[in-house]
Amino acid sequence: MSDLRDLYQELIVDHYRRPHNFGPLAGANRHAEGFNPLCGDHLSLSLKVVDGVIEEARFEGAGCAISTASASLMTDALKGRTEAEAEALFAVFHALVTSEDGLPADAPLGKLAVLAGVREFPTRVKCATLAWHTLLAALHQDGQPVSTE
Amino acid sequence: MNAVVKQEAVRPDTLSAPEVARWRQDFPILQQTVHGKPLVYLDNAATTQKPLAVIEAEARYYREYNANVHRGVHTLSQRATDAFEAARDTVRRFINAARREEIVFVRGTTEAINLVATSFGQRLRRGDEILITEMEHHSNIVPWQLLCERSGATLRVAPIDDAGELRLDEFARLLGPATRLVAVTQLSNALGTVNPVRQLIELAHAAGAVVLVDGAQAVAHLPVDVQALGSDFYAFSGHKLYGPTGIGVLYGKAALLESMPPYQGGGDMIRQVTFTRTTYNDLPYKFEAGTPNIAGVIGLGAAIDYVNTVGLPAIAAHEQALLDYATAEAAQIPGLRLIGTARDKASILAFTLEGVHPHDVGTILDLEGVAVRAGHHCAMPVMAHFGVPATARASFALYNTAEDVATLLRAIRKAREVFG
Repeated sequence: MSDLRDLYQELIVDHYRRPHNFGPLAGANRHAEGFNPLCGDHLSLSLKVVDGVIEEARFEGAGCAISTASASLMTDALKGRTEAEAEALFAVFHALVTSEDGLPADAPLGKLAVLAGVREFPTRVKCATLAWHTLLAALHQDGQPVSTE
Repeated sequence: MNAVVKQEAVRPDTLSAPEVARWRQDFPILQQTVHGKPLVYLDNAATTQKPLAVIEAEARYYREYNANVHRGVHTLSQRATDAFEAARDTVRRFINAARREEIVFVRGTTEAINLVATSFGQRLRRGDEILITEMEHHSNIVPWQLLCERSGATLRVAPIDDAGELRLDEFARLLGPATRLVAVTQLSNALGTVNPVRQLIELAHAAGAVVLVDGAQAVAHLPVDVQALGSDFYAFSGHKLYGPTGIGVLYGKAALLESMPPYQGGGDMIRQVTFTRTTYNDLPYKFEAGTPNIAGVIGLGAAIDYVNTVGLPAIAAHEQALLDYATAEAAQIPGLRLIGTARDKASILAFTLEGVHPHDVGTILDLEGVAVRAGHHCAMPVMAHFGVPATARASFALYNTAEDVATLLRAIRKAREVFG
C-alpha cells in the first residue's frame, strides 16, 4: 500500500506552489508543446541552447502537482547540461518513475529522485513524464506537439 | 421537472433509506477495500457497478443457452432468441416506446448518435443547420461535426449560463427554418444539469426540426417516457444503468426509422440478397447488422428488471437527498468551487479545489478509498466555459450512502491539508 506522502512529498508540493523557471524565455531557440489529453494538462517548454549546452530552460502552462513539480525540477536540472546529457537524463528519469526495481543509489538524479514515489501510481506516470517528453521534442525540434496518449 | 432549491442541509443519519444496506448486498464489487479503506464508489457517471442479477444473467446465457439469434432451428438458438427479444420488450416498457420495433440495439450511446448522424444525416444539405448545446458530451458534438463536414450543414451551439443551465432564450433564437436536427442531453455528465427536454422538443418541433435526446446519464436517474417527451430519437447505454458495457439502445419513432437508409450492411439486416439487388429487413433488424451483443442485451434486460424492482422514483429520491447533503456540506469547504449549480440537478457534484489540481484530488481521494473522476469528462467546451482545465466529479448511484458522502468530504478536506 502506498502512502499519500510517498507521492506528495513536501518538495513536490513546494515546486507545485512555487514552480522554478516558470514563465516565458527571451532568446529561446528551442521550443515544444506537450499535452496530456487525459486530464487537459498543457505545458510549453522553451530552451536556450548555445554551442550544444542548455543555458536556460523555462516552462509555462497548467498542470497537476506532479506534472508541474516535474517540469520545475527538470528545468532546474537541465541548466548547464549538454543536449546529449539531457537526453541521457531523460532515460534515467524514465526508469526512475517506471522501473519496478528502482535505480541504483548513485544514479545522477539529485532532487529529481523525489519523484520516485510516482512509480507506485501507474495512473500518474504520464503526469511525471509530460515535461520530459516535451523536452525530447524541443531537443529534436520537430515542431510537432507531443501528447501523452 | 423543476426541483425546488433546498435551503437547509439534510442530516446524514436521516438520509440513507433503510433499503440501501439491502441494495448494497446486491453489488458484490462493493464489498472490498482499496488502499486498505472500504471502497466508496462515486464514479457512477462514468459507469455504474453491476448487480449480481446482471452478472448471473450473462453467465447463465453463456453457461446454459449460448447460441446465435434469429437463425438456428435448434433449441438453444430458440432460447437465445426468446431471451434476446424479451429484453427488447423490457427496454420498450422501460422508456414507454409505442412499439418494440422502435428499439434498436447498438454498442452504446455513442454508436446510437453516430447511427443517426450517418443514416438520418444523409438527408442534410448545405444550408441546413444542426443545433446542439454547449454542455454536450463529445459524443454528442463530434458526430455532428463530422456530418457537417460531409454535408456542408452548419453546427449551431446554444450557450449555457454560469450556473450551467441552458440559455433557453438563445436556444429558441437559434432555432429556425434551417434547423433540421436538434441534439441535446437530458442530464449533463459534467454539470449534473437536468434540461427541460420536453420544452426543448416542443420548441424544436415548432421549428420543424427532428430531436435526438442523449439519455446516457438520465436513464439511471429519472423515469423516462419517450412518448410523453415527444422525442424523435433517444439514445442511452447499458453500462451507466447497472448493465453491461458494449450494449446500448437507440429509440427512434418508427416512421422516421422506416424512412432512413441502413447504417451498416451485413447479416440479419437483409431480406434478400442478390448481386443486382438487395432488400432490407424490417425494423429494428434493418439497423442491427451482424451478430449482436447477445449476452449484453440479456444483461441489459436484467439490469432494467433490477432497476424496476428497486424503483426509479425511490432511486431518484435517495440520490437527490445525497446530492443535497453533499452540495450543502461541500459549500462549507474553503476553496471549493462547485461547477454546475443549476436549479434542476441530479446525481452529479463537480468541483474544483483552490490550489489543488483535480488530478491530484483524484489521487488523494483514491488513497482514501474514494473513487471519483478527475478530468474534462469528455466535455472540453464546458471546461472552457468555466475557465478550468478539469474538474473532480463525484456521482451518485442507488447504493451510495450518507457515510459515502461523509468520507468524500473528509477526503476533500485532507486534499486541502496536503497542499496547505
